[in-house]
Amino acid sequence: MRRVKRRYLLVRFEIEHVPDEREFLDAVWAAVGKLYGEFGASLAGLALISYDAAEKTAIIRVALKALRMVRAALASITCIAGEKAAVHVMTVSGTLKSLHKRETRVF
Amino acid sequence: MKKTFSDLHLHANPKKPEDARQLIAKAAKLGYSLIAVPTSPETSQGDMAWLREVCGEVGVDFVSRLDLHPRSQGELLRLLRKFRRRFELVCVVCESKEIARQAAKDRRVDLLNFPSLDWRKRFFDRAEAELASGGLAGLEIDMGLVLVLEGRARVRLLSSLQREIAVAREFHVPVALSSGVEELLLLRMPREVAALAGLFGLDEAEAVDSVSRVPVALVQRNRLKLRSGFVAPGIHVVREGDDC
Repeated sequence: MRRVKRRYLLVRFEIEHVPDEREFLDAVWAAVGKLYGEFGASLAGLALISYDAAEKTAIIRVALKALRMVRAALASITCIAGEKAAVHVMTVSGTLKSLHKRETRVF
Repeated sequence: MKKTFSDLHLHANPKKPEDARQLIAKAAKLGYSLIAVPTSPETSQGDMAWLREVCGEVGVDFVSRLDLHPRSQGELLRLLRKFRRRFELVCVVCESKEIARQAAKDRRVDLLNFPSLDWRKRFFDRAEAELASGGLAGLEIDMGLVLVLEGRARVRLLSSLQREIAVAREFHVPVALSSGVEELLLLRMPREVAALAGLFGLDEAEAVDSVSRVPVALVQRNRLKLRSGFVAPGIHVVREGDDC
């Protein structure tokens, strides 16, 4: 079986009151589901790797094939837990190691 | 080479200076380096100068843009005659078929905007695209609507946009993606806008071009035309005098 290629996304969210991890992940799943349906969401291979409430950042893992799809879904998020919000993809990387290297350059 | 990303439809209202300043600063932070704020023929020179100054402060290039909402062909022609040379970009908001057709064939129009959500009132069909490809007008798509709408309304909008993109591609009409928003939280990064454009059928390269190469080329072409020495595309006055 071929190895599934993945990408790691460092995302930053803008919101007044920081949501908890569950609420953030729910918003991401809801956005993917809304735009691409359950079938599309199943292809995305979404997983939350880390969540930093203080920095308002998170690292999400996705399947490479679904990268554009997830990017669009993240961009379509306008509210998290009933509060107006925006989610921006700061950087994309193939490994967590290089993502952390880039992270220091982004912030 | 680093791409220049542009947002040609940022609703920064100079009457609300603090909000406008924040919006422009946010756009700059998100990676846009070319910004146009829609103005009307009634917008004062002072407001324009203020917008230019604010853009300068945050390090983005300001493009003067005029949005026309004519009610008849005659009014459109009159407004174009009067204002074309005062603005770097002219967009016609097409609210009727008559206006849309006239705007598409007029070479003084840069962008065609179709604000209606009703597919019957979005007049970018094959005839419109054919006229636009003969002229110089591009199709402007506001991403704000894609973000704001939900459910059936968004499905209908995406369906209309898919049709329009297919027609634009067939007739080689340039497509420019803009934000069309006035809220900070509705602004998206250029790459995110490009990803969202996948929802209506633009592939990745086309979508990135629509937020970078296409609008930048449009602005550069007009700036060249507005220079004093411009004669025709490719011809401009280098030097004037008796010894020439």
